[in-house]
Amino acid sequence: MDLVEVSKALVPLPVALPLVAAGLTLALWRHPRAQRIITATTLAVVLGVSVVLLVAADGGPVVVDVGEWAAPVGIDLIADRLSALMLTVSSFVMLCVLLYSLAQGVADGDDETPVAIYHPTFMVLAAGVFNAFLSGDLFNLYVGFEIFLAASYVLLTLGGTGERIRAGSIYVVVALLSSIIFLVAIAVTYAATGTVNLAQLSERFAEIDPGVATTIQLLLLLAFGIKAALFPLSAWLPDSYPTAPAPVTAVFAGLLTKVGVYAIIRTQTLLFPGGRLDDLLLWLALATMIVGILGAVAQNDIKRLLSFTLVSHIGFMIFGIALASEPGMAAAVFYVVHHITVQTTLFLVVGLVERRGGSTSLDRLGGLAKLAPGLAILFFVPAMNLAGIPPLSGFLGKLGLLEEGVAQGTPLTWALVVGSVVTSLLTLYAIVKAWNKAFWQTPPVEIPESVRLPRGMVGPATALVAFGVALTVVAGPLYAYTERAAATLLDGHTYVDAVFPDGSGRGQGVSSDVAEEGEGS
Amino acid sequence: MSDIDMTPSVVLVLAIGVLFAAGVYLLLERSLTRVLLGFILLGNGANLLFLVAGGRAGGAPLVGTTPEDEMSDPLVQAMVLTAIVITLGFTAFVLAMAYRSWQLHGHDEVQDDLEDRRVARQAARNAPAFEDLDTEESGQTLDDEAAQVRDETDADGDGVTDRRLDDEGRR
Repeated sequence: MDLVEVSKALVPLPVALPLVAAGLTLALWRHPRAQRIITATTLAVVLGVSVVLLVAADGGPVVVDVGEWAAPVGIDLIADRLSALMLTVSSFVMLCVLLYSLAQGVADGDDETPVAIYHPTFMVLAAGVFNAFLSGDLFNLYVGFEIFLAASYVLLTLGGTGERIRAGSIYVVVALLSSIIFLVAIAVTYAATGTVNLAQLSERFAEIDPGVATTIQLLLLLAFGIKAALFPLSAWLPDSYPTAPAPVTAVFAGLLTKVGVYAIIRTQTLLFPGGRLDDLLLWLALATMIVGILGAVAQNDIKRLLSFTLVSHIGFMIFGIALASEPGMAAAVFYVVHHITVQTTLFLVVGLVERRGGSTSLDRLGGLAKLAPGLAILFFVPAMNLAGIPPLSGFLGKLGLLEEGVAQGTPLTWALVVGSVVTSLLTLYAIVKAWNKAFWQTPPVEIPESVRLPRGMVGPATALVAFGVALTVVAGPLYAYTERAAATLLDGHTYVDAVFPDGSGRGQGVSSDVAEEGEGS
Repeated sequence: MSDIDMTPSVVLVLAIGVLFAAGVYLLLERSLTRVLLGFILLGNGANLLFLVAGGRAGGAPLVGTTPEDEMSDPLVQAMVLTAIVITLGFTAFVLAMAYRSWQLHGHDEVQDDLEDRRVARQAARNAPAFEDLDTEESGQTLDDEAAQVRDETDADGDGVTDRRLDDEGRR
């Protein structure tokens, strides 16, 4: 019981702490050292909080009615298994990326990345992402999205160079459009149901006209699909991500698309159970995988190649969601965890490769395996993990998806199974091509014999590689956790019961005595 | 919930439709300033949609000043207020970006991706010979065309892009 009480007090911290830190670091812009200490400490504390929540949420969702306002009137924050898991992985990844970027900033003298702005923005990004994971309210989810998007606009255009402005304008325009679509979806939802509380929505969507519900479902899917880079909506991603600084690209690739995937999981399972659009999602998943990976095969620049594999592998997660069964959802959640880690790691390591070899173009790299064997290992392990070579975690996630696809056995899921295998092979092909050219071929241009890679950059990258491998080692308990998470996602009542404990349609705040008229009007 | 009059005003619905149509049209433009105007129109359309979603207008929702069944819905107004603030922030950011683009390039149009062009050229190289004849007759390579299509990235002093272009022997 103690753990539950403690964890209730902890739930708002992942949102509040980074925001406070953002304000502090902005005020302390003249003191880079103080900024570094504040941001690193904040993320470390949030990581600790997330681990506690991860344990606490295993006993049932932890719900906090913010400001003691009862749920449908006030806003609630909820850490269930899925939220807590995403929170833990993303705070760890963000901490590693932050440490990496600090070392890079120190080594580079901060010419292209003005650190005075970097720290507050990074904290705001963290607050937005964590808010999106914890939100139990559709409008608060929107606010979370906007917080991290605003931060991401700034991070993507840091320094305001021509190339970044070009990439940034594409990214910003597409993101603005998806925000508007999300906003419209919320307005229509409110008009149809009279609430934006997720738990209450899950009850009311069952009561309204199915046609209206499907329209709203499609609108939300459209908004989140742009964020998650689902196939027909994915073209913006490979154009915009690679131009940002390596740590920024890493955190974008690892987290931002996964927030979209998280939102899809949350809305599809909680608000729209019954799988009206599952067939559509399966087709989209197939197209995302195949088109994405064919794009990756054509690329000649490692960063762009990785951006395309990022798009492609979103398809695996959507595949798992669209299977709409416990094993499928468990595999999808596991795959999200795996992919956040491995994609971030690869972008960080490519940042090191760029530093060592002076370029990310495969035409200008070569012989790095001989020149920098340590770097080669750092690249090889997550790259093989991405391609899904056994026994690494990518293989386990894919295996779970394939098993469930075969078990369902409809022609469409079989098509997805074949598509997954083809995508994995093509990923391997693209990765091996990158490996051969960057690490094995005779260097086409001279690469300096010795470049010192700052220890502060290698350290976090190594930690992430090790974490990726550790996901394999602890895969048993982790997979069991994602299976329990999938079970609570799909049973449809755990979440609602946690928000409205007595079945009264009211949260636990003190306002429950007073606010009788608040509902729906 | 059932006793609220939810019939929307035709004027509002028409206004939303016009705002959305004009907004989408402007969003498809290439100049950032016009895109921004389109975004503002879309944002206002969405805000009006919220007002419609809140039902008919009424008195101030303060207990004691208005009978409860004549109150207007305060929640949509709170949400619209939030959305307006967010839209304002993004408008400022896009304006700054458009200005920076104008500073660097003398215009604020969204650029094509250079790497995309390179992949396209590779595809053109592998294409059947009759297509190559065409391009040779006009005496143009894709690089020249790229240079004509407002390609200023080599003039901005950004080392990264310059190197890529030099690599292709443009200079």
